Amino acid sequence: MRLALAAALAASLAAAPGLADDWQAVLDAARGQTVYWNAWGGDARTNAFIDWVGRQAEARHGVTVQQVKLTDTAEAVTRVLSEKAVGQETGGSVDMIWINGPNFLAMKDQGLLHGPFVGNLPNARYLDLAPGSPNVVDFTVPVDGRESPWRLARFVFVADTARVDTPPAAMADFVPWAEAHPGRMTHPDPSNFMGATFLKQALIELAPDPEALQSPVTDASYEDATGPLWAWYDALRPNLWRGGTAFPENEAIQQRLLNDGEVDIAMSFDPASTAAAIRGGLLPETARVFVPEGGTIGNVSFVAIPYNAAHRAGALVVANLLIDPAVQAHMQNIDVLGAFSVLDPNRLDDAGRAAFADLPDDPALPSRAALGPTRLEPHASWMTQLTADWAARYTR
Amino acid sequence: MSARGEGWGLRAGVIVVLGVGVIGPIAAGLAQTARAAFGVMPAIGATEPGFAAFAALFAVPGLGSAVRLTLVTGLGATALSVIVALGALPALHGRLSRGRAARWLTPFLATPHAALAIGLAFVLAPSGWIARAVAPFAGFDRPPDIALVGDPWGIALILGLMVKEVPFLLLVGLAALTQIPLTRHLATARALGYPPAAAWLKVVAPQLWPMLRLPVMVVMAYALSTVDMALILGPSTPPVLAVLLARAFFAPDTAMLLPASAGALLQGALVAGALGALWLIERVLARLGRAWLRRGGRGHGIDGLFALGRFVALVLAAIGGLAILALLAWSFAWRWPWPAPLPESWSLRAWIGAGPGLARAAGQTLAIALSTTVLSLALAVAWLEGEDRARLGRAGWAEALVYLPLLVPQIAFLYGLNVLFLRLGLTGGVAAVIWAQALFVFPYVMIALSDPWRALDPALIRAAAALGAGPWRRLVAIKLPVLIAPLLTAAAIGLAVSVAQYLPTLFMGAGRIATLTTEAVTLASASDRRVTGVYATLQAGMPLAAFAAAFVIPAVLHRNRRALRGGGV
Repeated sequence: MRLALAAALAASLAAAPGLADDWQAVLDAARGQTVYWNAWGGDARTNAFIDWVGRQAEARHGVTVQQVKLTDTAEAVTRVLSEKAVGQETGGSVDMIWINGPNFLAMKDQGLLHGPFVGNLPNARYLDLAPGSPNVVDFTVPVDGRESPWRLARFVFVADTARVDTPPAAMADFVPWAEAHPGRMTHPDPSNFMGATFLKQALIELAPDPEALQSPVTDASYEDATGPLWAWYDALRPNLWRGGTAFPENEAIQQRLLNDGEVDIAMSFDPASTAAAIRGGLLPETARVFVPEGGTIGNVSFVAIPYNAAHRAGALVVANLLIDPAVQAHMQNIDVLGAFSVLDPNRLDDAGRAAFADLPDDPALPSRAALGPTRLEPHASWMTQLTADWAARYTR
Repeated sequence: MSARGEGWGLRAGVIVVLGVGVIGPIAAGLAQTARAAFGVMPAIGATEPGFAAFAALFAVPGLGSAVRLTLVTGLGATALSVIVALGALPALHGRLSRGRAARWLTPFLATPHAALAIGLAFVLAPSGWIARAVAPFAGFDRPPDIALVGDPWGIALILGLMVKEVPFLLLVGLAALTQIPLTRHLATARALGYPPAAAWLKVVAPQLWPMLRLPVMVVMAYALSTVDMALILGPSTPPVLAVLLARAFFAPDTAMLLPASAGALLQGALVAGALGALWLIERVLARLGRAWLRRGGRGHGIDGLFALGRFVALVLAAIGGLAILALLAWSFAWRWPWPAPLPESWSLRAWIGAGPGLARAAGQTLAIALSTTVLSLALAVAWLEGEDRARLGRAGWAEALVYLPLLVPQIAFLYGLNVLFLRLGLTGGVAAVIWAQALFVFPYVMIALSDPWRALDPALIRAAAALGAGPWRRLVAIKLPVLIAPLLTAAAIGLAVSVAQYLPTLFMGAGRIATLTTEAVTLASASDRRVTGVYATLQAGMPLAAFAAAFVIPAVLHRNRRALRGGGV
């Protein structure tokens, strides 16, 4: 394991020859910089991994990483925006953001992102960047090299198997399940990313024409696609926790409700989070991941660099380090974080493959096969309209 | 320069500092917010002035409910806190010395709102401590599906606010009581046949009110605009207005900034309206009360009301105490599932795992709090000493300026202020955070210090002057040493306020300045109560240590001078 790591590290140092000079200039500029990485800070394991990445960056490239812990990623967007408001075109306070689809779309539209840069990262050669790959579209919006992938996200449900015998096999099955177990499940508030994803998962399963979801929403397509969804939700809601009148703020709070025994089902965007939470004493030993049979929404977590970042070179170095095979293997280790790697196994060399070969296993960690196929995210405009519509329908 | 001239100079200096450091920025922040509210925010391409932002605000689903909820929780918590505090004050005053009473109140004052709310949520929730205690007897197999926290009426939020605000009002009330010839008035009332409760209500309360008015206004403004407490204890669909606005300010869709700014103005208007209503109620009550007093009834029926006040105060103290204990217990827990009344396994892992980040945040918090407190204390002493030397009375307008930051909702001007600071290139540093926190620390230091300062026996000063001591020597050799207890108490309060600041630290620190409070609020959105417990324990412990020091230091320094030992406050 250690040998494999070392070999992978050595391999990663030899960048493609054409890029080598440019990249050397980036490395030289980055040395001594402090990169302020704005990342959601609600997950202790992710925070610890970011800390570890920081130590690696320091040791290998002399770059310090400082995590700016956000309660909501949009805080960083607002900060860059207010800097733009006052014409601060350089020396901005945000160097790198762990970003998700809607915030990426907002920043891209406002011209707040640096790039394209992904193609210039030496380690990008381990990525599948072919058209149609999940690494080049974020919520159906083309990435255009303005954000670099670092971990895979898959929407999964979590149930306490001590209380749930047969979890629902499809989104439609949640209605009879909740009827039989009133008050025993809920979802995060749809103004939160995870709550919106719950609705989107139902949307792609229930919409008469799922293909329409890949295009920007129109009034007509919205009516057609969401009719069955709201009928389903109206049947489900009265049997939700608190009679569907109150919702946990995010998935972490819902996980706490599961641990407290207030609900029997929670959800996550990280298939490894259940195994991690059991190890951390935050979920009962009997908690297990399950997914609807047709597969679930998946996407890639990216990092982006604001156009006015003070330490752009440092941010590039960290973005490159994040897709280093050894770093990705460390990340996928359930003892560390357990998040799935974004690298293409077919592009790895022997050392890289070896680093992934003997990662430890865990009974609560699902295999990639058990998770079924990955469903595409609807176009970002759907989420905006869906959450606004939900608020209008169910906020009293 | 004459002492009088120096006094004017000092006062003028402080006013300049206040004007440049406090009033100007708040006004500028409000102006920025107002500009955005009326549609002008060039950064997002909005240049057309108009009312579109207000239209968008009023179209936000649930806005009406959010406003109603804000008024119910804010005004309800304020009114109930005042009533309970007034009801409990006689008992507290009669049974405990002022120093001891203050010591009992300190843990509640020192625990920041957010930390207390987190603990309280665990005590009250259907899967919480109380429910776990009764579960074996009530036969709960699963937690009951009742909204005990985040209930749609905001009861949990009102309760949380009361746990924090009643002790604050009691502390202020105890200090105010020393300004009244209490024993004489009560004896006279008793001689005239008024039972104790009626004597308090008819004789003491009207004299007390002028000294309580401002603290009550501060409580009211806070209760109407709290974000951190409402996030944890309040309902969510819809939340109170301040939370709704905080969400809008941080929404991915940047166009939301305009209606959010309009909402910030609405929030300001709500607070202004409530303060106006308070003024009106005071007038009406004064008129009605006078008639009631003149009728001369002996009010035998109101003893029960005071008993009720005492009882509610005790219940609040019990709940608040449990909340603080819950935080402590969680920080040492490992597995603690429903329905175990105590953790299944204990561990130091939460403390050790949080180690490096915790140490950094604690150090940062302490450094900022000390700087802010010293700065505020120096300003307060300069203000009061200037008043002494220039032989000025308490100027109402000047006090209003001091307390302005506590009366204007933070959300109404902090975003605008942030934009202004960015333009000046001041944001993101420790200095900006210290400055922004001082806005809120200075008024509390003034509240704590001004009454004891003005109550200082003038004979001492006259004697010193007669012996030839100049104004500076009188300040350094007499006033400061004699006032060491209230000075340290003011410092402890300042420290507690600084440690608890969330929005100013977040905005002005560009998120880079991690304090115990910013970390605790971030972690509260995560599932790990154990780590939250660690941060919240320290968050409460730091000010608590400061209060303890404020009690111990004068006692040691003045161990052979009984009258100066104080007992704090």
